[in-house]
Amino acid sequence: MEGVGKNLIILQSTFLVSRAFYGIENIDNHKMNLYDIIFYFFAIVTVGSAAVVVFSRNIVYSAFSLLFTFFGVAGIYVLLNADFLAITQLLVYVGGILVLLLFGVMLTSNVMSVELKSGTLHRLPATIIVALLAGLIGGIFWTTDWFVSKRAGEVSVQTTSKDIGEALITTHVLLFEIASVILLVAIVGAAMMARRERLNTNV
Amino acid sequence: MNITLTHFLLISAILFSLGVYAVITRRNAIMVLMGIELILNSANINFLAFSRYGGLNIEGQMAAIFVIILAAAEAAVALAIVLNIYKRFNTVNIDEISILKD
Repeated sequence: MEGVGKNLIILQSTFLVSRAFYGIENIDNHKMNLYDIIFYFFAIVTVGSAAVVVFSRNIVYSAFSLLFTFFGVAGIYVLLNADFLAITQLLVYVGGILVLLLFGVMLTSNVMSVELKSGTLHRLPATIIVALLAGLIGGIFWTTDWFVSKRAGEVSVQTTSKDIGEALITTHVLLFEIASVILLVAIVGAAMMARRERLNTNV
Repeated sequence: MNITLTHFLLISAILFSLGVYAVITRRNAIMVLMGIELILNSANINFLAFSRYGGLNIEGQMAAIFVIILAAAEAAVALAIVLNIYKRFNTVNIDEISILKD
């Protein structure tokens, strides 16, 4: 009788476990696959680093957590099937803009330019306004019934470099040329503005 | 829970609000520039989320590329301006740079 009871218990437990697995795999909403875990990781890195950027008192801490924010955003780009844009983000933002910001921080940091305590007078209205803005935008995003295209469910492994290259040369060639002119103007303007003063004016 | 379009849009909204808070509240000019970069990144996430989940397919990524290009140009010019301000006023506190005001 004891062996029968034990066999029954084993049989019943395997039956229940198999039913549980069947139930978990069937209800797709409850299964947490790798995509969701990676998304939550990058989301927490991005939002946490952005909070440190905004609320930190030390500007060098803010600049370095902006680095982590850019890395988190690049991870989110990869999750959105934008691999070329993720690498472009790392090259341009981290390698260009963040280095420029760090130059600016280091060149203009004064011992005397400390965030004065009287700034808290503006902090409460700013917090209220920004909380209202976040609530408004987030509420609109949450409650709108967005049009979701048919291929939204699958995770695509197609790289985007070829499509972006073709679109840049054929469809968006005018924007491409204008963007190159804008970059040229920005380079010349910034280099001319930030040069050192000459003592005598004969060039 | 499946990750849908709304998750990415909410991240974009949170980053946008944090960027706007940095632009409004902080008084160092370079902190304002960091807030502007946060706002541009949030707009990029929004573009790419609609490129994948909406119907944009590659146009969203083109828009995001042009946003990155313009953000780089704007950051360069803005930092040149900030360096000039520092050279002239010896501070980058934007409350003290007000000689145009009566």
